[in-house]
Amino acid sequence: MKVLLFGIAKDIIGASVFEVPAQSKYPSTVKELKDVLVVLFPEFNKLSSLAIAVNSEYADENIILRAEDEIAIIPPVSGG
Amino acid sequence: MKYIEIVDKIDTATAYKNLSHPSSGGICVFVGAVRDFTNNESVVSLEFETYKAMALKEMDKIADEAVDKWQLNKVVVRHAVGVKHVEEPVVIVGASSAHRDACFEACRYLIDTLKERVPIWKKEVFSNKSVWVSAHP
Repeated sequence: MKVLLFGIAKDIIGASVFEVPAQSKYPSTVKELKDVLVVLFPEFNKLSSLAIAVNSEYADENIILRAEDEIAIIPPVSGG
Repeated sequence: MKYIEIVDKIDTATAYKNLSHPSSGGICVFVGAVRDFTNNESVVSLEFETYKAMALKEMDKIADEAVDKWQLNKVVVRHAVGVKHVEEPVVIVGASSAHRDACFEACRYLIDTLKERVPIWKKEVFSNKSVWVSAHP
């Protein structure tokens, strides 16, 4: 599973795409993906918010992740 | 008519052309620009990046919401990305409507909602450090 990274998420992970490591439990929902992220990168716990986008839409925690989905981490936005 | 764009450079002069409409007696525009100081620290530049596909979708939704709520004739939501320096425009939103109350309110809604929802990130660059804005509480 590949996850697109932007803003501070890119700095925290140190890449622009995150590949969930094979030894992690494969996350089947948005909630599980967030859990994997904060275990591997506790810095995510310090952010003001942490959202996940699935197919370029904000996704609730119970959304099921499928192999073909485009998944992205959305750290606190700061446009304008 | 909607103008939803992510661009490298904002041309503020095109906004009036975009918003002018025979049935519009009021046109309201907000421009966000780079300010020289944040908390007494001198800003060198701002760096904007975006998740473009999603940002355009969210900007489009916000524009639709404003058009529906205030019966706008035309709307502009345009944001710049890349490195921006003091006084450069970084965002422009505008609304065009029969009377002024609607376009003033719509304009405020457009910029406030853009700042809450649209996946664009701003890094403030100072002489000795850089900070992702709003990342931490």
